[in-house]
Amino acid sequence: MSEGLDAWQLIASGDATLISIVRLSLTVTLAAVAVAAVVGLPLGALLALTRFPGRSTLVVLVNGFMGLPPVVVGLTVYLLLSRSGPLGEFGLLFTPAAMVIAQALLVVPIIAALTRQTIEDLWREYRDELTAMGVGPTGRVATLLWDSRFSLITALLAGFGRAAGEVGAVMIVGGNIEGFTRTMTTTIALETSKGDLPLAMGLGAILIGLILAINAAAWGLRLWSEQRVA
Amino acid sequence: MLNRRLFTAIAVILTFLASSGASANAQEQSIVVASTTSTRDSGLFDHILPLFTAKSGIEVRVVAQGTGQALDAGRRGDADVVFVHARAQEEKFVEQGFGVRRFDVMYNDFVLIGPRSDPAGIKGSPDIAVAFTSIQRNKAAFVSRGDKSGTHFAELGLWKAAGVDIAAVRGPWYKEIGQGMGAALNTASAMDAYVLSDRATWLAFKNRGELEIAVEGDKRLFNQYGVMLVNPARHPSVKAEPGQRFVDWLISPEGQQAIGEYKIDGQQLFFPNAEQKRS
Repeated sequence: MSEGLDAWQLIASGDATLISIVRLSLTVTLAAVAVAAVVGLPLGALLALTRFPGRSTLVVLVNGFMGLPPVVVGLTVYLLLSRSGPLGEFGLLFTPAAMVIAQALLVVPIIAALTRQTIEDLWREYRDELTAMGVGPTGRVATLLWDSRFSLITALLAGFGRAAGEVGAVMIVGGNIEGFTRTMTTTIALETSKGDLPLAMGLGAILIGLILAINAAAWGLRLWSEQRVA
Repeated sequence: MLNRRLFTAIAVILTFLASSGASANAQEQSIVVASTTSTRDSGLFDHILPLFTAKSGIEVRVVAQGTGQALDAGRRGDADVVFVHARAQEEKFVEQGFGVRRFDVMYNDFVLIGPRSDPAGIKGSPDIAVAFTSIQRNKAAFVSRGDKSGTHFAELGLWKAAGVDIAAVRGPWYKEIGQGMGAALNTASAMDAYVLSDRATWLAFKNRGELEIAVEGDKRLFNQYGVMLVNPARHPSVKAEPGQRFVDWLISPEGQQAIGEYKIDGQQLFFPNAEQKRS
């Protein structure tokens, strides 16, 4: 990143390095949330709708894992993906794919736990109707997920917030390689370590701005589609 | 409706994962170099790597860690080349068969940084051992990297040279932070403490506050960097050919010149000395 510039000048000048860092951050985070949604939404719905031995334990586990320490997840993924680890042959360590995997692991519990709660509440309302209509388990999951989609956006946003602000896991598994695995958060950590606190702070403000912008867009989308439904 | 969306999402994700994984495998012309924070934070890599890439077409991906962690990445086969500064550990790394051969690349020196108020009364001392003894006797605040980095090993060696058994006499004045050089300097700056730094990171560091150089120039502050290819016999995934080309370039007259030319504010930071080859 250019010497002697502050973060605002970097934005104003459309600094190519900054743009590529922002793009990587968004790509990794959105991919992680997408992966986590694919796993977390059905998992949450299943936990809400099914009864089996050990379910309570699983619910507590999923709720508890919302607080998984990113650095521990990062280390675990590091050891799994390392050339000396069980998945080493894929050569994924120090690549964006490794960062997506680590962040997806952090986000799945958040989406699953919030989905379970949402679906469980909606199920109380829908139970009689769906049972009367003879809808099977898969149909129930689909109906409930679809009808609670606006609430589930909040679950996805919570997962997005977790991934976007996270530095511990992506630093370990990505390696903070310039032009390849350097994200907003690892850049901020790096500039802090170089003692360039104003630049680090400026980048932090940009990151917060991006997170707010995405939340605003999600809110707008929700209002728009609610109007269409109504 | 929902199913179709899910499938689309899954397809997009798998494509993304596959492409980023594939690019990591397919690009033979990139290598991973495990190095230290001092070489990155000082800006040296920003200066020399574009020159190497322009000449060779090989992209160099630097993962900057403490020397201990960088050597561990090499041991696990997660890096192709290791470029660090702790000779004893490097030689052990090669002896154990993890590295092919170690080459001297360059040196810089450590400086003892301290607050302007100089509570240990050591400013300008020519003898680093005397300075360390004085810090301990005065229980002046001292920040230690504590992260098994090359700088941390050097600091422990200096306590030993000063006849101070730091493990036995350490107290609240001795703050082991377990972080990189920049973080250690930030901490020292915030609490007006002494800290051992490599000169390059110090010169590039911007948040100095009341800190300045207290002791420099003692030959015990000499800091040698070495480079080695990770042993492909141990880890077949190591990109031996491009990795060796990077090692060869660093110790070639051209690479050495590039290192010697790097300056901050007119000061040369690293002194190439690859002629004296070691195994």
